[in-house]
Amino acid sequence: MESTVIKSRNFNASFGSNHVVKNVNIDIPRNHVIAVMGPSGCGKTTYLRCINRMHELIPGASSSGEMKLNDEDVYQMHPIFVRLKIGMVFQRPNPFPNLSIYDNVIAGYKLNGIKLPKAERDRIVEHSLTRVALWNEVKDSLNKKGSFLSGGQQQRLCIARAVAMEPEVLLFDEPTSALDPISTSTVEELFHELKVNYTLIIVTHNMQQAARVSDKTAFFFMGELVEYDDTKIMFTNPKDNRTQNYITGRFS
Amino acid sequence: MVTRSDLPLRVINSTPEAILKAKKRARRSFRQIRTENVFKRTLSIMGLVIIILVLGILLTLVVQSLPSIKALGLKYLWSKVWDPVQDIYGAWPFLLGTLLSSFLALIISIPFSIAVAIFLGEYHPKGWLPNFLKNTVELIAAVPSVIYGFWGLAVLVPIVRSFESSIGVEPVGVGIFSSSLILAVMIIPYAASLGRSMIHLVPSHLKEAAYGLGATRWEVIRSVVLPYTKSGLFAGILLSLGRALGETMAVTMVIGNTSLIPKSIFAPGNTMASVIANEFTEADKPVYLSALIELGLVLFLVTVVINLIGKKIIDRFTNE
Amino acid sequence: MQPSHVKYRLGKSYGFQILTYILAFACVVPLIAILFFIIKAGVTKINWHFLVNIPKPVGETGGGIANALVGSILIILVASVIAIPIGIMAGVYLSENRKSRLAYWCRLSTDILQGVPSIVIGIVAYFWLVKPFGKFSALSGSAALAIMMLPIVIRSTEETLKLLPDSLKEAALALGMPFHRVIFKVIIPVGVSGILSGVMLSIARITGETAPLLFTAFGNPYLSTKLTQPMQSLPLLIFNYATSPYNEWHDLAWGASLILLVWVLFLNIFTKIVTRKWKVQL
Repeated sequence: MESTVIKSRNFNASFGSNHVVKNVNIDIPRNHVIAVMGPSGCGKTTYLRCINRMHELIPGASSSGEMKLNDEDVYQMHPIFVRLKIGMVFQRPNPFPNLSIYDNVIAGYKLNGIKLPKAERDRIVEHSLTRVALWNEVKDSLNKKGSFLSGGQQQRLCIARAVAMEPEVLLFDEPTSALDPISTSTVEELFHELKVNYTLIIVTHNMQQAARVSDKTAFFFMGELVEYDDTKIMFTNPKDNRTQNYITGRFS
Repeated sequence: MVTRSDLPLRVINSTPEAILKAKKRARRSFRQIRTENVFKRTLSIMGLVIIILVLGILLTLVVQSLPSIKALGLKYLWSKVWDPVQDIYGAWPFLLGTLLSSFLALIISIPFSIAVAIFLGEYHPKGWLPNFLKNTVELIAAVPSVIYGFWGLAVLVPIVRSFESSIGVEPVGVGIFSSSLILAVMIIPYAASLGRSMIHLVPSHLKEAAYGLGATRWEVIRSVVLPYTKSGLFAGILLSLGRALGETMAVTMVIGNTSLIPKSIFAPGNTMASVIANEFTEADKPVYLSALIELGLVLFLVTVVINLIGKKIIDRFTNE
Repeated sequence: MQPSHVKYRLGKSYGFQILTYILAFACVVPLIAILFFIIKAGVTKINWHFLVNIPKPVGETGGGIANALVGSILIILVASVIAIPIGIMAGVYLSENRKSRLAYWCRLSTDILQGVPSIVIGIVAYFWLVKPFGKFSALSGSAALAIMMLPIVIRSTEETLKLLPDSLKEAALALGMPFHRVIFKVIIPVGVSGILSGVMLSIARITGETAPLLFTAFGNPYLSTKLTQPMQSLPLLIFNYATSPYNEWHDLAWGASLILLVWVLFLNIFTKIVTRKWKVQL
């Protein structure tokens, strides 16, 4: 059964008078990897940040239209609930510099003041780190600060931090653009594993990455959703000229 | 309170314990949201408190000065006699004392503070010796003013006294000159540290252009560094002046505390701040007290204007 | 260009360089002189007896400054309790609301507050907290000093938090953390060294403040721990005894000066070390 987890209807977003996301309609199916690609400045990151209401943190930002998570409007819920259910991983790895690796993983619980028994915490930490293939690398240095890890490890730590909260959807904002190729491929492999439990929406400016990791791809151009289809179709037989031009590299 | 939609979807179809746990967590989150709103409001209130505080200070000073403003009028500020026993109030001796001691202090301290600024900003930005100088100059600002006053009284005043007798003026020791010397030391750090950071901001390509034309170090400083930073240095001097005008204890202890108009820079006198410190608790008549508070109001307004102009200049300079 | 002319210009350049060096290092002299003199005059006065006794009446030798030490500590404690939470929260407010109108006026007010002469604060505190109750009190002194602390704490908090990257806050918010937890559990802990240094510098500053206490805490020749009564403090004691004509009292003032000076310098230097050591690596 394929159910829709995120549904946008006529969704718009802007910074002041700058209209950056225009009338986006999209249905995102559960347990899939969705790539969102497009040239820089096309509104893809803004759209992503609208899904878990990070967009509104920027002064002057506004949005309108429907954004539904499991048939409930995200903009009728309190942002805290939205973000508990829709986790996010950022472009640059941003572990909490004052916390250890262990505490970074359970940061969502610890910093939220949710008391858990030690065994439960240990289980969550091990489970989350295992999910992101980091457990074996850091299990002996869990008490070290997260900022001592390499860039790729830090990014996986941030993914583990999001995963630990057991969200329904994970948003990735160009998660590998600050990483080296080897770390990038490690992170990409994770996507396949993670989609068993979560729905993944990945913003990327890298077409090859979109083609490699996603089930469906959305192509944004000048704030509009130009085309949204199965990745295979998008890259072999796009319907829109602009998509065609983009994937053949006629503009970037 | 907790609706179905507040729970993660995967929990809804699972065990009762999981649902219970998720519900508990959701209820917590509702509490958090309430706290969050209270917290945001508290922050704004704290911002407001600061504004109210400053307005309250201004209002208090104005209201308490009203009796003297009504009774004495504006001419109070340039009337030359201060004799509370006879009910005669004139602020001119204190205005003059304040201006004399502050500007004299400024003139003495400027060469030193600019030298520190150039030394640290241009000649030697790094190293242990510049570090030592920088920290020492910063510590000058940290020493309490009452200690400056005590030291001035015990060490500086006798020196000034013998200096005065050697140049043939009445050897009082205490007076405008002594307080200017103390003030000069106290205000060095303000202009020096601001000047240093301003000189750091001089773009190196400007200096290199001058060096490229064969200019010497001094010529670069004089024709590039100082002109470029002059508004910043001016702001530093303004901030120093603001400090000097309002400084109370050190001045009170060495200025001699007489309400006569100082005849020379070596004569004893009083500043606005020092006369308030000396006579506030003795002021037994309403107009007397109010006249002192009016001095405080003048002091407040002058220092506020000076500081705000200084800050404006710094902001413009650093944003360029 | 003629070599002699170049030589002259270079000579002038070196001349000014040397002049700059001399003037710059001349600034060290007064501080060293003060330190030297205070240590020399104060160190022989300090002993256990000096720390635990209150001043003796004129004419009797001995006596100590226990009343001033206790008073200073109490007054500063109360001032800190008032000023630190308000200051940090106002600082957080300013760094979180950079463009709002309230923030603009709050920032302006902080700038103004920073420049207000301490004697003026003393006057205002007198009318707010002494006159209405009809007596001088330690509490009114604490309030005056708290007002002096505020701008330093607010500014250092704001400046510290402004430098933290937005990504830190976003990371926390994306985990569904409510705003107050983001501030208390992430933002403030990461900026702790900067905020703490502001707090310590503000404490160092008010420890030496005398003028705001003249008409508020007023001073007290006896040991008092009642906040609603007049209370002695170190700088008040120094001022009163230094300007008195009695040698025994001067001795007390020297000892007190040394203690005050050491404490203030210690706080300043300690702050530098702590700021460096506790800084969270971003």
